Amino acid sequence: MSPVRNTANPQLNAHGELQHLLTIEGLPRDVLTRILDTAAPFTEVAEREVKKVPLLRGKSVFNLFFENSTRTRTTFEIAAKRLSADVINLNINTSSAAKGESLLDTADNLAAMQADMFVVRHASSGAPYLIAQHLAATGRDHIHVVNAGDGRHAHPTQGLLDMYTIRHYKKDFSNLTIAIVGDVLHSRVARSQIHALTTLGVPEVRVIAPKTLLPTGVERMGVRVFNDMKEGLRGVDVVMMLRLQNERMQGALLPSPQEYFKSYGLTPDKLALAKPDAIVMHPGPMNRGVEIDSSVADGKQAVILPQVTFGIAVRMAVMAMLGGANA
Amino acid sequence: MNMRIHIKGGRVIDPASNTDREADLFIANGKIVGVGDTAPAGFESNSILDATGCIVCPGLVDLSARLREPGYEYKATLESEMAAAAAGGVTRLACPPDTDPVLDEPGLVEMLTHRARLPEFAHVHPVGALTVQLEGKALTEMAELHEAGCIAFGQANRAIVDTQVLLRAMQYAATFDFPVWLQAQDPFLAKKGVAHDGEVAARLGLVGIPVAAETIALATILHLARETGARVHLTRISSAAGLEMIVAARAAGIAVTCDISAHHLHLSEMDIGFFNAHARLDPPLRSQRDRDALRAGLASGAINALCSDHTPVDDDAKQTPFDEAEPGATGLELLLPLTLKWAQEMKLPLVTALARVTSDPARVLGLDAGQLAIGAAADICVFDPRAGFVVTRDALRSQGKNTPFLGLELPGRVRYTLIDGHLAHDGAWG
Amino acid sequence: MPIPDAEALITALADAMRPHVDPARTALVGIHTGGVWIAQRLQAALGLKTASGAIDVSFYRDDYSQRGLHAGAKSSQIPFDVDGAHIVIVDDVLYTGRTIRAAMNELFDYGRPAKVELAVLADRGGRELPIAPTYCPHVLSLPVAQMLALEKAEDGKLSFRLIEK
Repeated sequence: MSPVRNTANPQLNAHGELQHLLTIEGLPRDVLTRILDTAAPFTEVAEREVKKVPLLRGKSVFNLFFENSTRTRTTFEIAAKRLSADVINLNINTSSAAKGESLLDTADNLAAMQADMFVVRHASSGAPYLIAQHLAATGRDHIHVVNAGDGRHAHPTQGLLDMYTIRHYKKDFSNLTIAIVGDVLHSRVARSQIHALTTLGVPEVRVIAPKTLLPTGVERMGVRVFNDMKEGLRGVDVVMMLRLQNERMQGALLPSPQEYFKSYGLTPDKLALAKPDAIVMHPGPMNRGVEIDSSVADGKQAVILPQVTFGIAVRMAVMAMLGGANA
Repeated sequence: MNMRIHIKGGRVIDPASNTDREADLFIANGKIVGVGDTAPAGFESNSILDATGCIVCPGLVDLSARLREPGYEYKATLESEMAAAAAGGVTRLACPPDTDPVLDEPGLVEMLTHRARLPEFAHVHPVGALTVQLEGKALTEMAELHEAGCIAFGQANRAIVDTQVLLRAMQYAATFDFPVWLQAQDPFLAKKGVAHDGEVAARLGLVGIPVAAETIALATILHLARETGARVHLTRISSAAGLEMIVAARAAGIAVTCDISAHHLHLSEMDIGFFNAHARLDPPLRSQRDRDALRAGLASGAINALCSDHTPVDDDAKQTPFDEAEPGATGLELLLPLTLKWAQEMKLPLVTALARVTSDPARVLGLDAGQLAIGAAADICVFDPRAGFVVTRDALRSQGKNTPFLGLELPGRVRYTLIDGHLAHDGAWG
Repeated sequence: MPIPDAEALITALADAMRPHVDPARTALVGIHTGGVWIAQRLQAALGLKTASGAIDVSFYRDDYSQRGLHAGAKSSQIPFDVDGAHIVIVDDVLYTGRTIRAAMNELFDYGRPAKVELAVLADRGGRELPIAPTYCPHVLSLPVAQMLALEKAEDGKLSFRLIEK
């Protein structure tokens, strides 16, 4: 039996249009492709004298960051501003949450200030769902929610910008072998990448990590698991590195950053096992000498800075599509 | 006034005597005085309850219902939860010691049992704290607590981390032959965990609790049970592997009993859906394979009892991200419908299914209750098995509206609940 | 009503523009998709030195809040310095004037042109904004339910087709 009420995907409205962007899981391939297609013309906006288009003129975008991330917040802020929206940044871990205001009270308060869009970053998996479900339950479907990273669950715009980058360099997903390397267990980025890659038809998605950094049953997400990085990198077209958080570098998960680098750091030697034209990606910020060698990070195969540039266009595309969805 | 009640025209199901037949029931002075077609000699009713089309069975015995008093009156009160019990046909219940303050002092237990002594209230059996403050360090005054009314001793769902304290607590309880009720969950493997460590937790990015958290703790408890001879009851088993260990332990001569919650009988990790906080339970909902093993185990009797694990939680504590939500679900009013639904789905005779919520849990409590024998207390549930019950916030008497079954229609509607012959719930017009 | 001959109109349009353009200075900006095709033809016919630009007005449309983002938006490309330029915006059919309004707004986000003119193959009437073409070889009147669509054949020939909405 399935008594749970909230099994319907709350991301799509009755017309199948994107109402919120909460996760890549469950989004049809044509929706993903449409986002990537829409992002393409936005890359050109940044090259103009006036780096702005008027789509979201008069709209208010609230960056609700319950977890600090200057970098991600900035990319969303730039994207919203290039769409001419008014952007209000709230770092809530330093304000109301400390005073005990609940997540939904915060959302209600900002909704009362005529918000049109919430960009939400939260340490708990599923927090943006809670806000989206609450908005639906209280008849405020005109407010859109973009997940900017929730716990270990999802970081859909990062996943999409990674797909944009891969498509830019490799054109076609249908003949690629792609390896995701590092702390998959704690990574919302990895989960979004896996869902995006499998949805877009990549025939082989690999994850490479020590057993302590892999979630139980990860292979059920449609990936091949490798514990040996050299074996896992053999013949891949794309290497997607994950960030290793400082607090996980030594303790019960890993003995030391040095040993991690030796086994799972991306060095020129290991990269040589991939295809000669393989590209190297990283969501940033990088730990040089821990998960990636500087010569690789700055090398010819790295596309880490283009990822950042594409990220703005992808976020503009997502916000423009949400802002124009009929509620 | 001496109520003499005639329950007329129903189908009497009494698992204790393996009875299932059309019969009338006659009650006087709070006791059952006759079962059959004709009234006992000299019986003259002054109240007739029409049970046409209904099943007349012993009032349900629930091994775990949190009443939230003392300390959590904003979540529920004795009044609200006793109304829920009566509406659910529950006439006897055990309540765990995790109140605030915890039930580790005789005075608190006496106050609770005194407050609960109203005719329309179900019989309440507090489970006393096994250790002071449930901290797993010092033993409570179990003999005193027993005198005050505690029927067993336990830790609710807080583990005793120090195995030596666990050994001593079980030895001490065994000294007086007090039952020890324990929930098997290794606190280290369950650290920060909010869901079964499986496919769903991996996908949703939730911190998992592996099955090994249950089996490792079970191994410890079962070894100590053999060592100490304590009468152990294992609460809320959640996994197939855990159940297998209990079955094997019994075969090796360790007499342990166990129960599961009605939620784990029907739900699995899949029911978390998109972070539904109502499915945040302790222990977590496990895989479908685990759930199927529990369903079969309850049918065979390997699992002794089904309980509601009733845990009213206020909305504020549930309307949060999944991992911040307080675990637990309201259940007193759903225990009977969920039992009936399981029986339908497993094609079990009702006399078997109802045993798991009446005579079997009474046996775990060591009480001669949960039966319709002549001379027994008139704790009776009369329900219409054909009527449905749509679970809505308004329909629930419990102050806790938190249940993963919200919006669902379940079978069975309680018509009358009698406690010691007192009509505690009259749902004839409701 | 006879459907106008697009090829003949391109020739007529080029003839009308020729006395007024400076091949060294004038730049064309076509509006996606028909306007871009016409701009390419005019570029050759007029012998303009400056590579022509292309504009997709999806990001500037005034019906975004009613109809959402236009699917299949393309990149705008302005390969010359807009500041001080003499620009002719090129489109196939002039109707309400809203597309031209959006194109001018977009153009000004690239800089401040010295002069902006408008060249279209046909003007079908029905203006909703105070906009008039500088160069227009054909005027016609169409009911609201009909539209004139420019199509490009494999050999590059352009033609109009009448579509019932």
